[in-house]
Amino acid sequence: MAVKARHKRFILIAVGLVLLGLAAMLILNAFKSNMVFFYTPTQVVNGEAPKGTGFRVGGLVLAGSLKRLDDGLTVRFEITDTAKTIPVIYKGILPDLFKEGKGVVAQGKVDADGLFAASEVLAKHDENYMPPEAAEALKRAKEQGSASLELSK
Amino acid sequence: MIPEVGHFALILALLVALVQGSFPIIGAARGNAVWMGLARPAARAQFLLIAVAFLCLAYAFATMDYSVTYVATNSNSKLPLQYRIAAVWGGHEGSLLLWAMILSIWTVAVSFFSKHLPDAMRARILGVMGLISIGFLLFMLTVSNPFERLIPAAMDGRDLNPLLQDPGMVFHPPMLYMGYVGFSVAFAFAIAALLGGELDAAWARWSRPWTTMAWVFLTAGIMAGSNWAYYELGWGGWWFWDAVENASFMPWLVGTALIHSLAVTEKRGSFKAWTVLLAICAFSLSLLGTFLVRSGVLTSVHAFATDPRRGLFILAFLVVVIGGSLALFAWRAPTIARGGKFDVVSRESFLLANNVLLAVAAISVLFGTLYPLFLDALGLGKISVGPPYFDTVFAPLMAPALFLMGIGPIASWKQAALPELAKRLRWAFGVSVTTAVILPLLLGHWTPMIGLGLFLALWIIGTTVNLVRQRLGGTEQPLVVRIKSTSRSWWGMVIAHLGIAVFTLGVTIVKGFESEIAVRMQTGDVAHLAGYDFTFEGVTEAEGPNYTTSRGQIRITKSGKERTVLAPEKRVYTVQNMPMTEAGISPGIIHDLYASLGEPLDDGAWSVRIYHKPMVEWIWFGCLMMAFGGLLALSDKRYRLKKRTAKQVQ
Amino acid sequence: MKRFLLPLVVFLIVMGFLGVGLNLDPREVPSPLVGKAAPTFNLPRLDDPEKKISNKDMLGQVWLFNVWASWCGACREEHPVLVELAKSGAVPVYGMDYKDTRLEARQWLEIGGNPYVASVMDADGRVGIDYGVYGVPETYVIDKAGIIAYKQIGPITEEVLRDKILPLVKRLQAQ
Repeated sequence: MAVKARHKRFILIAVGLVLLGLAAMLILNAFKSNMVFFYTPTQVVNGEAPKGTGFRVGGLVLAGSLKRLDDGLTVRFEITDTAKTIPVIYKGILPDLFKEGKGVVAQGKVDADGLFAASEVLAKHDENYMPPEAAEALKRAKEQGSASLELSK
Repeated sequence: MIPEVGHFALILALLVALVQGSFPIIGAARGNAVWMGLARPAARAQFLLIAVAFLCLAYAFATMDYSVTYVATNSNSKLPLQYRIAAVWGGHEGSLLLWAMILSIWTVAVSFFSKHLPDAMRARILGVMGLISIGFLLFMLTVSNPFERLIPAAMDGRDLNPLLQDPGMVFHPPMLYMGYVGFSVAFAFAIAALLGGELDAAWARWSRPWTTMAWVFLTAGIMAGSNWAYYELGWGGWWFWDAVENASFMPWLVGTALIHSLAVTEKRGSFKAWTVLLAICAFSLSLLGTFLVRSGVLTSVHAFATDPRRGLFILAFLVVVIGGSLALFAWRAPTIARGGKFDVVSRESFLLANNVLLAVAAISVLFGTLYPLFLDALGLGKISVGPPYFDTVFAPLMAPALFLMGIGPIASWKQAALPELAKRLRWAFGVSVTTAVILPLLLGHWTPMIGLGLFLALWIIGTTVNLVRQRLGGTEQPLVVRIKSTSRSWWGMVIAHLGIAVFTLGVTIVKGFESEIAVRMQTGDVAHLAGYDFTFEGVTEAEGPNYTTSRGQIRITKSGKERTVLAPEKRVYTVQNMPMTEAGISPGIIHDLYASLGEPLDDGAWSVRIYHKPMVEWIWFGCLMMAFGGLLALSDKRYRLKKRTAKQVQ
Repeated sequence: MKRFLLPLVVFLIVMGFLGVGLNLDPREVPSPLVGKAAPTFNLPRLDDPEKKISNKDMLGQVWLFNVWASWCGACREEHPVLVELAKSGAVPVYGMDYKDTRLEARQWLEIGGNPYVASVMDADGRVGIDYGVYGVPETYVIDKAGIIAYKQIGPITEEVLRDKILPLVKRLQAQ
């Protein structure tokens, strides 16, 4: 009887460990495959961003670059980190705080021609701060001393 | 003058908290009755002092005293009175004050409803709560003083964040905090038991109603927040896996596990160490959540640039409270006696599995929330994990938990027989599988996720019906007597479990069958969605107290018959010049029809989003059922009885 | 019973990471602009939009460039410190009113006192971007050659002024 009880306890612990291992695998795997990296426009232009998978890009909306296509819902604009600029296309309604000259973060994929097709456009709900990613992009451009671009068209 | 009174009251409250956090605990260790006796008057005095401080701040808001920095940054003369009051907890400093206020409410409640506890136990519990209070009061008085003066005074305030100017937001934070802070009671019980070395079933019995109460508040608070996000953000979503939401969801997951393991500890004496650990974790996650949200570290690590002392204080406080209690746990837990033995197939092991799954779920949320922060803080790059991560993780973790939920309450304690269980549940299983396969086919859309979700929801309903039938079965007594003889806490469990089923049903249907369109509409244009015609009847300009608004009008008809009119708005709050979307929603049991305005296009046209959300209201109704189930369990006779006997003893 | 120590160990590791993160105080990280020429601007004065001021005008002297706004709460915190500094005459302070309206900004200076030799208006925040402003207030110490010697993110406290800014200014003025 005593042996049996120990036996059962062992089964319980073994099953538990296997399940926990599975859960850990599941979590790490899900994490790995859903991790979205952040790139600056300069990195995207230099081809450092992945092709075919999604990523985030942040910077400022170039003033004067926002164009609405004929359907009224698709927009094109450009994101700049003051060094390089990439064109973005997005179909849908822009967030409340999306403005030209303001910080923005877009998530999506870049196609062969370098056009960034955004599936999501984010602007933080706070006027005084830029989205941290956008600020980061500007900072990096500054560090490389390549901030030369005019901020409007 | 009034703000100085509030400031002074906070200082006095800190002094009282120092007394409450030291003498009773030392007294309990030494058996000094006078020192232990200090706990109750100190708890009450502290409550009064913090209430005075709170009222002073509310008064400063009500009278628009812009010589107080906090008021000037979070209010405005044009802000309506109810939002000026809600603005008391609209920012960092005020929400800390609300936290301290609610902690003192819980403390005073414990001081009143703890007459049946041994003196030493009560002294330790109130002492531990006093120690937590010291931390919060010190934090406020050193680096986040809500009463700090602004000299010279501002002409007018910077206004409350427009996102918070909503009836839902008036109640959401207090509810949520009642839940967060409520876990401090379970925490204090656990620490008191560790200190006293009395980790027995009695400890679990005493802390159960408190834990349930906190859980009810937290459930309701999260529900209110989700509902708010649904109509205020204008994107038709009800849960975003946003870090702020995760901060409230983690304590909920652990709290739910705690409620169940407390039941086992009380009834069977098992899981003692685990239960204590859960109680510590539930409160630790509440603390972490409060600080993650309120310190601004989530929006940007750089938020600390405004005041790095805050970050250091928070970190030190977390280390002392959580680290201290975990060290105490490591020291004391080995002395805990082993509980009752149980079989691999038994109610205990089903509940253990449920606990482990909930804990793993909480860890996965913690991981997904903190890991990007770590990377950023260490300068290793910026990443984000969005809803896809959480969705992928949650379905496989929650599916077995929900499945076991059907079996657990039916299995017997200690040892259950699998064949017996299978026999009893085969009908519920058959019916739910069949329905889950056929129903979506009839609705014309079958995916594995819809099938799984439907199966789990129906499985819970089926097994619960089975459970109720069995409990009320038999013929010796009339049905009414049998219903009455069943305890309210049992009914509470049944209703809460049904609430999970209703919630799962809502989530499954809305995720599987929702539809949306984004269209450009001019006055007179008609859009079609889910069999309804949405006619755009133009936009009129109007003015609110502190905003201007463009109010759209969308008439909804089905086969020519009018159903309802939606009035989505686009507001611009003038002080902060911040645009806000107010969705127009027609809620219903079967579905919600939902419209929100995008932006004005040329020649009077607007971009408009229209959503069809089948059974989305069930999500929140399910949460309400869970909360109601908790309340019902709280009203159980055995908790009332104890009060009465306590009175008789006196 | 080592297994009961496990939660504590895990917790301490997590806290360790958080601690490291917090220690990377963004104020301590040298701004990429430090050691480089201050970005050029030529902006209208706050008190007289007809007149313009450029950073070139200040060449040959050490000066502080303070980015502020009437809507910014933290600026009010540092304001008395700046007023005191201006009274002492240790170093001229020029202000840039960031994303603000002229009326409110001038009202605020009338009430709170004006520590600035002059303020310029950056209404659309364009120059702020050049300077990498991402939170107001920010302050730059700029030397005689127009090179940024120090950048303070967040309000200037008396300690920062006494221990960092003033010694630096003295050194730069002596050069």
